[in-house]
Amino acid sequence: MSVAEPTLSETQLAAFREQLASDPIEYDGLAAEYDADEDSYHIETPTRQTTLTADELSTVDAEQAAYISNWYFYTQEVGGEVTQAFCRWLELADDRAVPDRYDALNSGIDREWGQLRVTTTLADDGARRYEIRHVDDSDADADALTTHTDPFDARDIGTLDAKGRYRPLRTAPSLDSGWIFSELTANEVYDAVEAFYPATVVNWHREQRGELDIDHWRDEQDRQSGIYNLITVLPDEAVEWAAAACCDDSQCLKRREWELSEDEPLDADGGDGVFPCREPCSMVVAAGREWAKLERDETQTYEFELTPSEKEQIEEIIDAVADDEIDEIREADIGNGANRWRARYLREKRFDDDGHLSGTPTHPDGHDDDGNDGDDGDDGE
Amino acid sequence: MQSLVIVAHGSHLNPDSATPTHTHADTIRATGAFDEVRTGFWKEEPSLREVLRTARGDDIYVVPLFISEGYFTERVIPRELRLEGWDPELWGSDGISADTATLVASDIDTEVHYCGPVGTHEAMTDVLVRRAESVTGDPSVGDGFGFAVVGHGTERNENSAKAIEYHTERIRETGRFDEVKALFMDEEPEVDDVADHFDSEDIIVVPLFIADGFHTQEDIPEDMGLTDDYRDGYDVPSEVDGHRIWYGGAVGTEELTADVILERAADAGADIGDAIARVRQRTKPTTQAAGD
Repeated sequence: MSVAEPTLSETQLAAFREQLASDPIEYDGLAAEYDADEDSYHIETPTRQTTLTADELSTVDAEQAAYISNWYFYTQEVGGEVTQAFCRWLELADDRAVPDRYDALNSGIDREWGQLRVTTTLADDGARRYEIRHVDDSDADADALTTHTDPFDARDIGTLDAKGRYRPLRTAPSLDSGWIFSELTANEVYDAVEAFYPATVVNWHREQRGELDIDHWRDEQDRQSGIYNLITVLPDEAVEWAAAACCDDSQCLKRREWELSEDEPLDADGGDGVFPCREPCSMVVAAGREWAKLERDETQTYEFELTPSEKEQIEEIIDAVADDEIDEIREADIGNGANRWRARYLREKRFDDDGHLSGTPTHPDGHDDDGNDGDDGDDGE
Repeated sequence: MQSLVIVAHGSHLNPDSATPTHTHADTIRATGAFDEVRTGFWKEEPSLREVLRTARGDDIYVVPLFISEGYFTERVIPRELRLEGWDPELWGSDGISADTATLVASDIDTEVHYCGPVGTHEAMTDVLVRRAESVTGDPSVGDGFGFAVVGHGTERNENSAKAIEYHTERIRETGRFDEVKALFMDEEPEVDDVADHFDSEDIIVVPLFIADGFHTQEDIPEDMGLTDDYRDGYDVPSEVDGHRIWYGGAVGTEELTADVILERAADAGADIGDAIARVRQRTKPTTQAAGD
């Protein structure tokens, strides 16, 4: 077995003795107890049992030292149950016993959390160190990335996307790349991940324990007040469309667990994200309010004159906007329906001076309403 | 373990809305007065629904980074935090005197201390004065200066105007400035006519808002005539009708606001040592002028 420097520090041994003076230890394959009558320590790991005096503890063999440093790290250095669970997940602790895990940690264990790649490695004393970078930078030379040490820098990194646009939804798959947190402690890695993807770790942890509290759409409707009361009139089928439009993995990395109600599942795919979405977020509620206003419109039959290619072009434009592909359309790719010149040409040909498609008024009865009621939908009153 | 949770509005549209919340959280975190400082938002993440579960402490102080007592502080926040048995009467407030209510948050089955908003704490008066110092670059500014505290008005919340009047009166009582007046965006006396309301040649104008955004960066500078188009910026001071207008922008961005958050938590029983004194020292004014 090859384990990184198995020696235990005096601090670790002191903590070990102190714990055993009051209670036995059972942790992650390690069982240890203190026999006061014999003034000896009994240490049991999966393949070895030893009984040592206090003086002999510092000579414990490599495998047992690994189990003890593992106990020390998780119980003495990692603050809080949620952080412990997350760090154990990061190093696949449930899949490997400590000696194998220590072997793997020597070269680093990679896990992905949304668009984060988190690598756990082992220091000589058994403490873990964590590196976070964007998954797209997995193969990048660390020197080519901007180094950060303060975990709260993650908040600023996540504020704007690569094009400088504001990311109100932190779990949108639009995290910018080019940065690295190269050496974080367990508590710091938790804070950084929490800053990138707020509340995802704690909700994941609740789910792991079978305690995730889910608030479905109808719960959300019932709770609203002020301007968001309006979502109570959003038709059920519109909730289906909204979930498919907004909660798809292409839009949000959370795995949607909320449904119409506990007994009324939505057909839309909830996604494959590692962390759950436990209730409609404020973005979905705000969008739902807008759709509730728009869905009050009755449908109307219009007559437009379009060539088949023009009809298809309108469909292509909607697809390009919905899939955020506008920036990828080349300037001279006139064959693409959503190309800017194609769109401008269509507008010249088919819009009248008032901007109406094919000269067809939106409200043939003369009623003019642009659907804007004067607020920006960004408030709660 | 003692936790501070700062709750704020945030925005889906404006990335700067949350900036003061994060800045003040960082300032307080640096004092070490709390074992952790968490932030939660109505419009951003973590949401008000989920912020308490991100806190690890067993002694939790929640301070709303809001200007006035009303819809958000009395209804939305307690509901979203799931404060069992909340009733605005527990604050026993006349609209500007909220203190603390201690209630179990069912999300975490733990008692939390729910504090009144920063905007109605008396210490916010000091932040307004501090902003006057920082916008003029003069730590002893006062003589020869008028001071306008600007608010929304009562259209959306009657307590909003009460908070403006409260701080205006407190600044006036110091006798430090020649004139101190409350002005409003949507009612008389209006900020549009700022020059008409003062005899002083120099007028400091500070909106009692938490974050800079549409109102403080676009509406108010244009309404006062500092600029025809906010995108062109404006000078500090700017000349308007023979007066020099020293426009300070949202007071909540002043670093000293962190002090008011600490005061709220301390009033609720938090053990914060000498953190208030250290924040006051650390956030001493710089000579930068807003709008540059």
